[in-house]
Amino acid sequence: MEDAGFIIGGYVLTFATVSFMGWRVLRAGKRLGKQVPDADKNWL
Amino acid sequence: MTTTDPTLTGDHTTPTDGRSGPGDGTGTRGTRIIGIATIVAMGWLVAFGLGFSPEDRDQRESVRLLYVHVPTIWIAYLAFIVTAVASGLYFFGKKKSLGWDRLAGASAEIGTVFVAVTLVIGAMWGRLTWGVFWQWDARLTTTALLFVTYVGYLAVRRLGGTHEQRARRSAIIGMLAVLEIPLVHWSVRLWRSLHQDASVLDADGDVTMDGLMLFSLFVGVIAFSLLYLWLVIHRTRVMAMEDLLDDRLLDDAVAARRAESVGGRPSVRTSNHTSDRASDQVSDQEGTT
Repeated sequence: MEDAGFIIGGYVLTFATVSFMGWRVLRAGKRLGKQVPDADKNWL
Repeated sequence: MTTTDPTLTGDHTTPTDGRSGPGDGTGTRGTRIIGIATIVAMGWLVAFGLGFSPEDRDQRESVRLLYVHVPTIWIAYLAFIVTAVASGLYFFGKKKSLGWDRLAGASAEIGTVFVAVTLVIGAMWGRLTWGVFWQWDARLTTTALLFVTYVGYLAVRRLGGTHEQRARRSAIIGMLAVLEIPLVHWSVRLWRSLHQDASVLDADGDVTMDGLMLFSLFVGVIAFSLLYLWLVIHRTRVMAMEDLLDDRLLDDAVAARRAESVGGRPSVRTSNHTSDRASDQVSDQEGTT
């Protein structure tokens, strides 16, 4: 594949960015979830 | 204040005895299904984007970057439209549900990250196709402006004040900022642009792409749509918990201030910046009453 560095690098960068965002959101949810009673989590 | 949240509908029930368990986080059975579907769709995107899709006659291999570049900007548009609609529902709604405000904020955050991805991948594509990472071209410049606008929107959300003040301020910006999207989308027609015209969302409805390329693009759209949905649900739930804890700190600060005013010792000591913000809110409220 021509220009594989740019193309594969672009995919890696994209997945790294969205994975990091997802991980941060999940981590915040875990952290806050311990401080909030389940009764106040109206998605449960 | 109401805590009704339009996105917080779940289908998972856990015991509320305080033990560690699935109730600790923001996940439900529904979000786990969406999460798994997102991972599968992303796998398909890699397979089609990097493997099965043929190279383009003119762009050659660099066309593979477009299977990320185009879906991310489309979903960013969608995210900003959701922000505008949710802002409008908060601003003009009778109930003034903060759930709409949180949905608007969560959607804008995700949209902003997607625009950042679009800009970076677009710069890489530009380097391969045009020979330069950046040109002050109409499409590129308006997209960068869109990104900066929503960074500003997110900054405004972080200003001090009550949740209602945050919601009012950001709702106005959320409804106005969305007007940039038509400008970005039609910038290639409004001005002489280096950027290519639309291949799929053309005004006359023509699709000028090879079938497998179009399918790869479709896979990208599905993958990033699922990712957006998964992220927006989780982020909205996180925001709901942040607001709830903020309210509790505010209540504690009010109780402490009352205790001070009657000569008693404050029952709660506040020590972090969030608490300082809560104290500021108390001061604000006392100043207005």
